[in-house]
Amino acid sequence: MTTDVPTRVDEETSFVPSFDDEAESGRKLAIICSKGNLDMAYPALILGNAALGEGIEVHLFFTFWGFDMINKKTQGDLQFSYLGNTAMHPPGMFGVHMPQGMAGLPGMTAATTKMMKKQIADLDVPEVPEFLEIIHASGGHLWACRMSADMMKLHEEDLIDEVEGIISASDFMELTDGAQLLFI
Amino acid sequence: MPTTTISGRTLEVNEEGFLVHPEDWTEDLGVELARLIGIEMTEAHWEPIRFLRTDHAAMGETPTLRRVSTQTGIDVKTLFGLFPKKPAKKMAYVAGLPKPKGCV
Repeated sequence: MTTDVPTRVDEETSFVPSFDDEAESGRKLAIICSKGNLDMAYPALILGNAALGEGIEVHLFFTFWGFDMINKKTQGDLQFSYLGNTAMHPPGMFGVHMPQGMAGLPGMTAATTKMMKKQIADLDVPEVPEFLEIIHASGGHLWACRMSADMMKLHEEDLIDEVEGIISASDFMELTDGAQLLFI
Repeated sequence: MPTTTISGRTLEVNEEGFLVHPEDWTEDLGVELARLIGIEMTEAHWEPIRFLRTDHAAMGETPTLRRVSTQTGIDVKTLFGLFPKKPAKKMAYVAGLPKPKGCV
C-alpha cells in the first residue's frame, strides 16, 4: 500500500495492556455460600476477592450454614473437622491417612482448626471477618438469605454491617442476571 | 518478545504489554505508563508504587494487593480508588513490574 500516510510514532501508539475489557463487558460473578466450615468458607472468599481485583462485579449470597460467615457471633470462630474427609493428611505428610475415628475425639476439632488457621495466616491470608471487610471495601456485595434468617430467627442487627440486606432467592436471581454462578 | 515505544524509548514488553526488565523503569517512565492507562500520578499514587519497587527489589516478586495494603497501611478501598478496577495489575504496570502471582 502506498496510500498510507506516515504517522508520527508517539505515546498513543504504544502497546498498552487492555485493563478494562472485562469491566466494560459487564462480567458478573455470583457465589452462593452455604457452608459454615472454615475450609469451606475460604474458596468463596479467595475467588470473590480475586474477581474484584479483576474488575468483575461480585455478589456473595449467604444461606443455611453459610450464615455463620456473616453472623457476628460465629464468623470469627469457624471450625475445621476432617470427619468425613478421607483426603485429610497431617501437614506435608502426603499419603499418611488420619484415622476417621480420631476426628471425633474431644479436642480434635479445636486442634485441626488451630492448625488450619495457622497455615492460612502463614500465607498472610486474612481471617474470615477481615476478609469479608476487604471484599466489601473492594466493592463486593454481601447478601443474606431470607429463608435462612427466618429459620434461624436472625435479623440484620445479628449480621455484620457489610451485609447489604436480607433478600429472597428471587431477589438474588434478579440481582445476578447474567452472572456466572458458583455454589459452595 | 514484542517491543513498544514509550517516551521515545524502545522497551521490551511481554505479550500483555508489561515491561520485561524492571531495570528499564524510571519515575518519569512511571508517569508515562500511568498516563497510558488513564491515571495521573499524584503523591498518593506514588506511595504504593514506590513500595512496589522496593518490595520487588527485596523479595524478588511483585507484592499482591493484600501485601501492599498491610505493608504500607493504605487500605484496600483507597487502592481501588487510586487504581480503579484492577489495582494490583495496574500498580504493577505503572511500577514496571510483572503482574503479582499470589492469590490474595
